Amino acid sequence: MGYPLRAAAFGLGVAMLAGYAGTALAQKDGGVLKFYHRGTPPSGSIHEEATNSTVAPYMGVFNNLVMYRQDVAKNSLDTIVPDLAESWSWNGDGTELTFKLRQGVQWHDGKPFTAADVKCTWDLVLGNSKPKLRKNPRKSWYKNLEEITTNGDHEATFHLKRPQPAFVALLASGYSPVYPCHVPPKKMRTAPIGTGPFKFVSLKQNEHVKFTKNENYWKEGKPHLDGHEWTIIKSRSTRVLAFIAGEFDMTFNVDVTIPLLKDIKSQAPNAVCELVTTNVSANLIVNQDNPPFDNADVRKAMVLTIDRQAFIDILGHGEYQRGGAMMPPPSGVWGMPPEFLKTVAGYNPDVEANRAEARKIMEGLGYGPDNRLKIKVSTRNIAVYRDPAVILIDHLKHIYIDGELDTVETSNWHAKVARKDYMVGMNLTGAGVDDPDANFYENYSCGSQRNYTGYCKEEMEALFEKQSMMTDQEERKKLIWEIDKKLQEDAARPMIYHIKSAQCWQPYVKGFVTHVNSIYNNWRLEDVWLDK
Amino acid sequence: MSAYIVKRFLLMILTLVGMSIIIFVLLRLMPGNIADIMFDSAGFVDPEEKANIERELGLDQPIPVQYFEWIRGLIVWDLGFSYVSEMPVVDELQPRIPITAKLAALSLFFSVLFGLPLGVISAVRQNSAMDYILRCISLSGLSLPSFWLALLILMAFVQYAGSIPIYMDPPDNLWDELLLYSIPAAAVGFRSSALIMRLTRSSMLEVMRQDYIRTARSKGATDNSVNYHHALKNAVLPVTTIIGIEAAFLIGGLIITETVFNIPGVAHFLVEAILMRDYPIVQNLVMLIALVTVLINFLVDMLYAVLDPRIKYAD
Repeated sequence: MGYPLRAAAFGLGVAMLAGYAGTALAQKDGGVLKFYHRGTPPSGSIHEEATNSTVAPYMGVFNNLVMYRQDVAKNSLDTIVPDLAESWSWNGDGTELTFKLRQGVQWHDGKPFTAADVKCTWDLVLGNSKPKLRKNPRKSWYKNLEEITTNGDHEATFHLKRPQPAFVALLASGYSPVYPCHVPPKKMRTAPIGTGPFKFVSLKQNEHVKFTKNENYWKEGKPHLDGHEWTIIKSRSTRVLAFIAGEFDMTFNVDVTIPLLKDIKSQAPNAVCELVTTNVSANLIVNQDNPPFDNADVRKAMVLTIDRQAFIDILGHGEYQRGGAMMPPPSGVWGMPPEFLKTVAGYNPDVEANRAEARKIMEGLGYGPDNRLKIKVSTRNIAVYRDPAVILIDHLKHIYIDGELDTVETSNWHAKVARKDYMVGMNLTGAGVDDPDANFYENYSCGSQRNYTGYCKEEMEALFEKQSMMTDQEERKKLIWEIDKKLQEDAARPMIYHIKSAQCWQPYVKGFVTHVNSIYNNWRLEDVWLDK
Repeated sequence: MSAYIVKRFLLMILTLVGMSIIIFVLLRLMPGNIADIMFDSAGFVDPEEKANIERELGLDQPIPVQYFEWIRGLIVWDLGFSYVSEMPVVDELQPRIPITAKLAALSLFFSVLFGLPLGVISAVRQNSAMDYILRCISLSGLSLPSFWLALLILMAFVQYAGSIPIYMDPPDNLWDELLLYSIPAAAVGFRSSALIMRLTRSSMLEVMRQDYIRTARSKGATDNSVNYHHALKNAVLPVTTIIGIEAAFLIGGLIITETVFNIPGVAHFLVEAILMRDYPIVQNLVMLIALVTVLINFLVDMLYAVLDPRIKYAD
């Protein structure tokens, strides 16, 4: 390197350092970050829930072994950083993942964190321990996990049944905190204890959830906040008005819909709002056990009649995205690119041609203008579910299917779907991790509890396994597109659109980064500070 | 009188026993099971884990056993644990009851404070401009849904005052508390005051056409004396009944108001508990509401005798 280049590099280095130091110096400690929350979290035990109502407020109580970088918007294998683990390594055949753990870390009650806690946590998730979780929604993530062994207090090894390079991605999710061995599951639901930057203070149903700074946090200088508080406000109008009035520093996790975003921008022009992709998708679920939906042709006709752009324009003001099971690019890592997507049946933008083909299929099955198929379209009785269901019913009419809207009380929805007590349904699915290992095994794999349609094909199981074991991520991506195409064409759970929602905060809130391919992984809040 | 009171008291107990059976049975007839609902936040239902939860909550017991267990608990003041929060029911309800009680009392106070005198004015100045204005106001009070009125109030505050009068933290003193509750109380009391006003007006008009009012006027009694001493005292009897009924109905009105103003009272809490099928909370809370309603009815009946000396309760 010549002198001018060295000088330039030195200058750049100094400038970067100065910039970094400037940022670091500018961070202010103190203050309590005030959020509103849309409803009482069902519990404080992240491992037992599958909702951001729990993850968002409670993620700061815990640490993971590894986590997604909080300051990088797009989660990927490249943005995974150590947390309670100082480092990790794979054995030669990719079946053992060993974590070297941090020393001197304490639980909020003062007890030391050790490798035994790591073992306990995943024994609990696997259902291998005596204390049991009441609910275990992510058991399917770990179907490849054989056991966890420890080597002293500061080393834990995950033994896998077969290689799974993306296993570490599952551990980086906000859904994968480490629990203490000495605290029973019941207490973790009501008053959780972790090693994280914030300690749980109190939860009052319909009132608030409060957290205070962990003064003994093992990351020096963090967190910056004295605490964070979530006031529970069920009425969406009230909570948005309260944010506009300045009562809150930040809205709940992507709680602001596109029309509401317009209101906030006009009434609180100083608020910082980001419209982000959420990795939550609206999809059609068809009970494949019941005739005539056990016939793949009927399902194919239903897929062909869907006009995705109509959903996107009506419900998403043109902002929602079309895609498959995996979140589409640029926000998603694994989704089918637009040119590939056009080759998938039902994604051809010529809706009339698709519908003509669908009508032909239905006529071949004996349906027609004088013999229409009458069905019930079930959905959860809340607007984000109900509105697309109404549009779907309209689209089905084009292929001789008369749908009747069957609204289900929101708290009974999953029970009804799990019982397969429905014909056709409109559903929303949120992905905790933007990785096919989480998505495919959770939603499309044989026997998974969240595989609502009961889709199960040996051929697809083999493909799921194949992609999961691939080390070349570019090659893996190509296989995933093929799998996704097949899932859409099989009407396993046809994706209609991927949702975008907004997160808003007051201009003095600093250090918060919204993630664009998961709403579950950016709530540690240890880097957030208030410029007041 | 004392025999009447004893009889009414026994009837009250019988009513409450009947209520307890109705509440208990209706809750169990509602579609949806607490274990299923608890699984909703996990996005699936595992039959084995569901059975464990049902066992843990005692829901695997026969229905009569569950009922008598609840009644036994009520008698010894052991209300059980909330299925959702896993906290004792008493701890969940105790802080919320006074909030709703204060809000309800303030709403009732506002509705009587405005409804009664404005009803009298409207009647006394029948067919005047004032009467028309007051009748318009009372009609709007009856036709405006309280949730809409509440939202309008909030929007107006945000737009013009830059603040929002919702419950954020417990008030520090009585004055703050009064300020905090007065706006939601006015929102919910508006409908009741309109009702009271219209009833007072029609009742007053009817009384003012009676012979004894004419006699009082011919004796030279002043307008005030006729209106307030002779007419109002007789006109207020049906109004008292309505006030009693409105007090019982307030809990319904408060559900919306507590939700919109984010007040952590029992009315909003009850709805949440029903949605979650949190049986211990719902059963005990509805029993409490039934008890309050029965007591208010009893008090109203007693008040008749005080307001109208012609009414006597035979022993």
